Amino acid sequence: MKYDVIMRIGVKLVLPFILLFAFYVHFHGDYGPGGGFQAGVMMAGMLILYAIVFGNDALNRVAPRSFVERCVPLGALLFASVGLIGPYFGYRYLDYAPLSTNSIHAREWGILLVELGVLITVAATMTSIYYAFTERGQS
Amino acid sequence: MEAYILMALLLLLTIVTIAIVFQRSLFAVVILAGIYSFLMATAMIVLDAVDVAMTEAAVGAGVATVFFLASLHLTRAREYPRPRAVWLPLFVAGVVGAALIGGTYDLPLFGSAASPIHQHIAPHYLNESMGETGVPNVVTAVLADYRSIDTLGETTVIFTAGIGIMVLLRGRRRRRGEDKDDVDPGARET
Amino acid sequence: MSVIEQFVSHHNYYVTILLMVSGLYIVIASGNMIKKLVGLSLFQTSVYLLYLSPAKIVGGTAPILDEKFQVYSNPLPHVLILTAIVVGIATISLGLAIVVRIYEVYGTIEEDEIFSSDGEI
Repeated sequence: MKYDVIMRIGVKLVLPFILLFAFYVHFHGDYGPGGGFQAGVMMAGMLILYAIVFGNDALNRVAPRSFVERCVPLGALLFASVGLIGPYFGYRYLDYAPLSTNSIHAREWGILLVELGVLITVAATMTSIYYAFTERGQS
Repeated sequence: MEAYILMALLLLLTIVTIAIVFQRSLFAVVILAGIYSFLMATAMIVLDAVDVAMTEAAVGAGVATVFFLASLHLTRAREYPRPRAVWLPLFVAGVVGAALIGGTYDLPLFGSAASPIHQHIAPHYLNESMGETGVPNVVTAVLADYRSIDTLGETTVIFTAGIGIMVLLRGRRRRRGEDKDDVDPGARET
Repeated sequence: MSVIEQFVSHHNYYVTILLMVSGLYIVIASGNMIKKLVGLSLFQTSVYLLYLSPAKIVGGTAPILDEKFQVYSNPLPHVLILTAIVVGIATISLGLAIVVRIYEVYGTIEEDEIFSSDGEI
């Protein structure tokens, strides 16, 4: 598919909007449908579409395999360490209250950070599964 | 009206499922499974589960199809003609189905607001979450705030599955046949 | 209650059961491991339907709060199933990875051939 002009141009036009929509779904998840899980899968879908059309070498330049695989535990760690802020200040685990003086703002921040952890883990896991399957076929 | 739209979608789902059962080409099975997921996502919108529908459309119809096709590429794309008896699985499936249908008689009616599921904790989430968290999307509020430890567990499961796949598919590939008379199961091709 | 009324008011459960039973049938009757995994995901999806359809209130709307609406569907099953879908694809992919490894060692993904070649050794 590397030499199909329509495919290449079409995908190049669509990719930034998929990424933009994924970010919209993530940051607008408090007010509309969406959140970290959906945004993560969309981001991984964008990377996979890019790899299908331009090949794994191109994807390796944009999101190197080692970087993606390091992001898999990073997201879960971010989630768990946001939870640790609560016990440090004398609250319960995963209590967002110490993040801000205003309780509504604190929860807003907590939800955003936690969803960011989910997004990183989901997107990295899906992309590294794709890497694992396709690199297996080429070796 | 909603019930009739749902009925039509569920009828289509049933047809696709029957097609999956009888289809022998694995490529066609995977594509039918993608269609199935998309129909399921549409049915979820009718059931008011917009967040879930978005996930199912992205995961079931998008990423899952890619992963199934990738593994078909690494294996083979055709199922052998059925060599085994179909009566035992049919019997087991029939008995399980009959038992489950017998269990539906005292379940609440579809779409009724009086059913027990709507009495327990959902009213608290719907009435109080705006004041307690300031997040209009109740699903996000419950997912990331009220039940965030649950979500942490799910994230850990995804992480674990990802690590498992990396461990399984990393390293050099063992060609079939070459290690057939190998005594040492750990021996790799050179 | 007549049979037709019973069917109309419980049709979601009947379709759920049909999907579940077809998934179970594929898992038992098919010897091909990838088809078994498709059957497993059918079974899984029927559980999504089992959770989501009682959460619906006819005349209600999606649980995104707004002053214009009073009746909302139950958000709790949505949360449970939302995470279950993503976990489901991760575990199904783990299964696919194992199938790929089995194919590399045995040269087949048919259950019967794997059993018979194990018998030869």
